[in-house]
Amino acid sequence: MIDNYSWITVFPEIVLLTLACAIALVDLYVKSPNRTPTYVMTLVTLAIVAFMQAEYAISGLNQYGFSKLVVSDQMGNWLKCFAALAVMVTLVYGRGYAGHREMLRGGELFTLSMFGLLGMFLMIGGNNLLVIYMGLELLTLSSYALVALRRDNTMATEAAMKYFVLGAMASGFLLYGMSMVYGATGTLDVNQVAQAIASGNIRHQVLVFGLVFVVAGLAFKLGVVPFHMWLPDVYHGAPTAVTLLIGGAPKLAAFAIMIRLLVEGLLPLAPDWQQMLGVLAVGSLLVGNLAAIAQTNIKRMLAFSTISQMGFVLLGMMSGVINGNTISSADAYGSSMFYVVTYVLTTLATFGIILLLSRKGFESEEIADFAGLNQRSPLYAAVMAICMFSLAGIPPMVGFYAKLSVLQALISSGQALDIGLAVFAVMMSLVGAFYYLRVVKLMYFDAPVQTAAIEAPAEVRILLGLNGALVLLLGIVPGGLMALCASALASMMAG
Amino acid sequence: MGLLSLAIWTPVFFGVALLALGRDEHAAAARWIALIGAFISLLVTVPLYTGFQLGTADMQFVEQAPWIERFNVNYHLGVDGISMWFVLLTAFINLVVIIAGWEVITRRVNQYMGAFLILGGLMIGVFCALDGLLFYVFFEATLIPMYLIIGIWGGPNKIYAAFKFFLYTLLGSLLLLIALIYLYTVAGGSFDILTWHTLPLGGSAQTLIFFAFLAAFAVKVPMWPVHTWLPDVHVEAPTGGSAVLAAIMLKLGAYGFLRFSMPITPDAAREWAWLMIALSLIAVIYVGLVAIVQRDMKKLVAYSSVAHMGFVTLGFFVFSDLGVAGGIVQMIAHGFVSAAMFLCIGVLYDRVHSREISSYGGVVNTMPKFAAFALLFAMANAGLPGTAGFVGEWMVILAAVKANFWIGLGAATALILGAAYTLWMFKRVYLGAVVNDDVKNLQDINAREFLMLALLAIAVLAMGVYPKPFTDVMDSSVAELLRHVAVTKLN
Repeated sequence: MIDNYSWITVFPEIVLLTLACAIALVDLYVKSPNRTPTYVMTLVTLAIVAFMQAEYAISGLNQYGFSKLVVSDQMGNWLKCFAALAVMVTLVYGRGYAGHREMLRGGELFTLSMFGLLGMFLMIGGNNLLVIYMGLELLTLSSYALVALRRDNTMATEAAMKYFVLGAMASGFLLYGMSMVYGATGTLDVNQVAQAIASGNIRHQVLVFGLVFVVAGLAFKLGVVPFHMWLPDVYHGAPTAVTLLIGGAPKLAAFAIMIRLLVEGLLPLAPDWQQMLGVLAVGSLLVGNLAAIAQTNIKRMLAFSTISQMGFVLLGMMSGVINGNTISSADAYGSSMFYVVTYVLTTLATFGIILLLSRKGFESEEIADFAGLNQRSPLYAAVMAICMFSLAGIPPMVGFYAKLSVLQALISSGQALDIGLAVFAVMMSLVGAFYYLRVVKLMYFDAPVQTAAIEAPAEVRILLGLNGALVLLLGIVPGGLMALCASALASMMAG
Repeated sequence: MGLLSLAIWTPVFFGVALLALGRDEHAAAARWIALIGAFISLLVTVPLYTGFQLGTADMQFVEQAPWIERFNVNYHLGVDGISMWFVLLTAFINLVVIIAGWEVITRRVNQYMGAFLILGGLMIGVFCALDGLLFYVFFEATLIPMYLIIGIWGGPNKIYAAFKFFLYTLLGSLLLLIALIYLYTVAGGSFDILTWHTLPLGGSAQTLIFFAFLAAFAVKVPMWPVHTWLPDVHVEAPTGGSAVLAAIMLKLGAYGFLRFSMPITPDAAREWAWLMIALSLIAVIYVGLVAIVQRDMKKLVAYSSVAHMGFVTLGFFVFSDLGVAGGIVQMIAHGFVSAAMFLCIGVLYDRVHSREISSYGGVVNTMPKFAAFALLFAMANAGLPGTAGFVGEWMVILAAVKANFWIGLGAATALILGAAYTLWMFKRVYLGAVVNDDVKNLQDINAREFLMLALLAIAVLAMGVYPKPFTDVMDSSVAELLRHVAVTKLN
């Protein structure tokens, strides 16, 4: 049934789609080598969409549309708003880099990013297994093409191939799992799946069998051990600007579908999937942190760092339901959301610096390229140092509060196993501190190897400065964002 | 803004301003701004002493405002008799360190001065925080400037030292974090330290929390056997870094015992007091012996710091007025004396660029004024009556003898060992004939160095001759702490 409210729920998506199509057409007539008109129009579009989503979120809209195919709730709208902003920031950071590498011969970087964002919106707002799946495919297909955008570069092409093959397999897993869930419950609607399970008239075995595939598919997309193998190769091989497009905003969408599928749809099966997530989290923390030490390429190091950080997100997800009690669920999932949002914020600044240090014909990909950055530019070194300390979880950076809230969720369960997991997690973050500190060491303690001046357009400099300041400021006053995440999840759990 | 907020944020503000100042071309301006900042930061702490109410164990100058409502975390500050002097001590040492780095530091002056000012503000925050999370944030945040100070301005092996410092201390404090979150959960969602003081806790929970605290604070103090990071770090750190590390940072750990371990887990503290006393005595005797054989002056003073801090923890865990107060007095005294010892080594190192004792001999012939100061500080380090070093050691030994004669005897050997390693070093470095051309060409201290050492000498003598202002302030708080610890929290 399509009523007037239905259109409201997808209004930002419609705006995004229309403008993306329009920009794709206009781009055919753009002569500027750096695609300035396309760039500006894309940024304006993203700003409009982000603003609309923020409006929706603030107004507390909680609305289903199109016979419950999509939902526009507070959590989703905030995540969409952050995702749009993240894509916007990525494009600002990445444009110079892309321009030097002949990735702006056409406007695909911008249009594909917008279609990818549309996919994320569908994932975040989907209330139906098929809609979520379609959103995921829209995002990943755009991403495959983006990775291959430097088509003359063998590394990028190889990465695109790997990404495509493994990504397709993951999608297959997820789809297979969804079909099992459909088979067991007879519905694709997320809420009805939950009701069907609660009613008890379902084949539990089929459902759990499907659940395993759903979790495996999600784990692939999040890049957690043992489904992480694609992540370092793709991060490494993709052009850095695209790496950020893959490693930034989509994490928000991946978190959202985890919430939609596991929490909204399959909450009664929480004891089952919490165990699975626990195993995945332990593996990710272990492998991610230990493997990151051995890396010499900063993009690979950050890829393994991502794996370990996602392990922390899963720790928050697995501590929501304690002995069948969902009282603290919203807090636990809220802590995961806070973790993901702050992680994306930090990642943006980190890759922003890497993009900044890369020049025409020079990829700043080795960790050693950061040597002496403090002497070349104290500001950029400070931004990078703030991000590294944040990822390592050292207060007063925002990353500390992310770890704190996840650990709090874990410890509040009061079970010995969970407290043991918390101790394990902090020990692993001690290992993590080593390789983050190594980057700081290079920047501050070593003499510069590169001496070329660091040039960047004003908007990149300002945005990077703001981005770094935000990582620190959110650490000094983290209350607002924490409350936002908690209330978003609380209203979702209630509604 | 309250006095404590001013004490914390004034140096941080000046520090951030210095970082924003830019490059080395403004080095002179950076030095003066740093000096003015440190001086103002010291001035704003003076009313804490003049306005301090004696005779009460309550928190004073309290400030409270919600900070993170989601976790019920408050920006809750306050000082009592235990913590008040450390705020002043930190601000004072900060000023001395800025003077000490005046000409010595020529690279990235603004970052050096900025790092020390920010570090000073954060350490004051640790002493003032009455909220567990706020404490932890300050406690951990101090690692960042110290890591950079060691790594940027340190000696040849600075990278190793910086990493060892950071990771070693982080290891301990991560367990502290787990304990804090656990207490938050048990207390029904409160990070308030004073609430935790009255929180009933079961026996096994207390033991686990006590050891989590121990992991963090013992590394910081540092207690034997987790002291091994300290000599390595001291040797490589720049003079100012060593001085702040020994004078203030080590006290953060000892302070943690008083604010966390003893009042929050009193039963576990009493149950495991034997262990603490044993570790303290090992630190006093064994590490004292280790100090004697050192060839590197900085290493020697570093080991002497471990031994002196052993006295502090020994005083705490005999659970008597005299012992705890003695421990606190010893902390303050060691703050002055160890800073002075490291600055003296710095004065020599700036001239000769060697820390080896064997590179020196007969310094008194060429630097008489300096040697006089060095003698005073060496005597204070050895615990000579009339200097700051004596008061605390005397109180702790007295308390130890009252508790158990053998513990007292063990503690008292420290006076012999302390005299041995300090005076023997003094003899080899300063006395005798001039041994080489380096020493022959030494210039005596200039006005800046004289000022810096004179400030510390006044403090050392004043505290030694008239310790009453120090002990008066802490009496009520120590008595209250011991009353509190004597009551069981088991239910």
